[in-house]
Amino acid sequence: MNGFESLRSGVEAIISHGLRSILTILGILIGVAAVILTVGLGEGAQANVNSAIASLGTNLLIVTPGSATTGGLKGGLGSATTLTIQDATTLANHAVAPDVAAVAPTVQKSEALTAGSNNWVAPVVGTTPSYEQIRNRSVASGSFFSQADLTEHANVAVLGPIVAASLFPSGGAVGQNINIGLRSFQVIGVMNSVGSTTAAANEDDQVLVPLDVAQSELFGRTQGNSISAIYIEATTKSTLGAAYQEINTTLLNLHGITTPSAADYTITAQSSLLSTASTVSKTLTVLLGGVAAISLLVGGIGVMNIMLVSVTERIREIGLRKALGATPGLIRRQFLIEALILGLAGGLGGVGLGLLGVVVLPHLIPNTVVVSPSAIVAAVLVSGAIGVVFGVYPASRAAHLAPIDALRSE
Amino acid sequence: MLERDRHNFSPEALRSDIGDLGDESAISTIAQLTGTGDDTVIELDQVTKTYRSGDLNVEALQGISLKIERGYFVAVMGPSGSGKSTLMHILGCLDTPTSGTHLLDGADVSGLSEIELAQVRNKKIGFVFQAFNLLSTLSAWRNVELPLIYAGIARNERKERAFEALGAVGLLTRSEHKPGQLSGGQQQRVAVARAIVTNPAIILADEPTGNLDSRAATDVLGLFDELHQKGRTVILITHEQDVANVARRIVHIRDGKIQSVDERSQ
Repeated sequence: MNGFESLRSGVEAIISHGLRSILTILGILIGVAAVILTVGLGEGAQANVNSAIASLGTNLLIVTPGSATTGGLKGGLGSATTLTIQDATTLANHAVAPDVAAVAPTVQKSEALTAGSNNWVAPVVGTTPSYEQIRNRSVASGSFFSQADLTEHANVAVLGPIVAASLFPSGGAVGQNINIGLRSFQVIGVMNSVGSTTAAANEDDQVLVPLDVAQSELFGRTQGNSISAIYIEATTKSTLGAAYQEINTTLLNLHGITTPSAADYTITAQSSLLSTASTVSKTLTVLLGGVAAISLLVGGIGVMNIMLVSVTERIREIGLRKALGATPGLIRRQFLIEALILGLAGGLGGVGLGLLGVVVLPHLIPNTVVVSPSAIVAAVLVSGAIGVVFGVYPASRAAHLAPIDALRSE
Repeated sequence: MLERDRHNFSPEALRSDIGDLGDESAISTIAQLTGTGDDTVIELDQVTKTYRSGDLNVEALQGISLKIERGYFVAVMGPSGSGKSTLMHILGCLDTPTSGTHLLDGADVSGLSEIELAQVRNKKIGFVFQAFNLLSTLSAWRNVELPLIYAGIARNERKERAFEALGAVGLLTRSEHKPGQLSGGQQQRVAVARAIVTNPAIILADEPTGNLDSRAATDVLGLFDELHQKGRTVILITHEQDVANVARRIVHIRDGKIQSVDERSQ
């Protein structure tokens, strides 16, 4: 009896018990579909988080002032005024920090904004033109300010979309004048929306002005030479670590600090946020996948159950086949092949249902579902393996039935 | 035509069956080596079978010695509990004796492994059961070809031989019917076709008429007689005298022993 005969016999046995076979297959099928969908949902969530964080700029390092200690009391992070324009200029020097691609120092303060009869309060950020590139931003209309605007102390402003909508409800902000505090600025551009990227601040609700103007005309008297943050872009994602080291060493030197732990500033990498987020979503995927795997296991036990019923029910057939010359090995193979077919049929059906779910689900829930080829291959292989593993015991029982007892059974 | 048998117990006949075993076993060994048997197809020598049933040892067979020649039609008769089923299992290589030797077609099969026994059953024995034991999902000819599948014979030849066997039992026109579409008598004919398709050394029929009405029973017994006329060795296990009367020799079993052997003239 060759493999083909065993296969044919297995298929015939499965077809002859149609309903029971379908119910058995259903157990595996649902398990596999669940694995594909949960892994797909998990990976979809991960992809969403990754792209959201990537939109902030993955090569990004942010230097913020450390805490100021006054009279033994430590203030909050960013309370110190330890970062200066000189720090930013030095870091921008390619000889000092070769892995730094661009530097954008920022100063920031909330100001009252007016345009005609409309008014609004929003953070005003003074920065350099490289901010647009480093923060991965773009203008929706008009243009960002240039290096010339910076050096010429031009009174120009670029509005975030929320500010633009608040001050100019009927549109057409570009070219108009607004007052920031008591100073008049010309609006030269409106930014594209980035959505709410951090819990702390909605970056659509801010006004960008040239750094020098901000310092000399807006907040010069209160902040002097100090800046709120330095945004730094590393040359590539892989040189992020090197850039971090260079920035750290340079700033320690500039600030005359000998012990690194006493640094009066903090360097935050966007990528650390990324890895935290992906750890979270991976945990989620593992959790959901685990639940799905358990349902697959239950499906496997269903296969074993049905195969045991099948062995009991077909005890006379087994006895007859043995009387006609089937060896224990052949009987075992026949039942194993049946279990394998049940498992694989469930696996393939589950992939079909899973793929259908991948197409249908995004229409029902806001989540993205990613088809994971590795999950599909793994689910099919596992379902086949489940068929075999859970088929071994029933098949051995069938193989070792004594032909006489099997024939006698009524 | 089947006259009622009057237990013609003949010690001489019995002795001649089990008499000169020393010489016979020598011949059997040679036959085993050469593969060409003499005229003896089955030879049991002091075969016993003991079952353990709880704390009791049940001696189902207590030293059976029996010789069946090729081409003979033998009936094994006895009431239930006589050990005839156990004897049938041993003759059919479905079970091995506790002690004693069992030569089938010149080869000793008493100590074979499960796998070897399966091969012996496949090649040497054709079974016919009381309950037909056809697979209900397969058509008549596919039931008949089953033993050929286990013999490893190619599909084309299997089909050819299955149809040939169905022709021999007169059911060629029903070859595509499933067992459920056939009468009891026809089903048993399909089973007989399955038994002869491998061209076995013996055909072993266990109460083949037990599930049949008298007409179908006569019909099937006629078929066995026909096979015997064509030179096949048929062993019939039954508890019915009428059935046993078809055979040329009747072996009576009681309490695990051979009680008498009737040689019948045709």
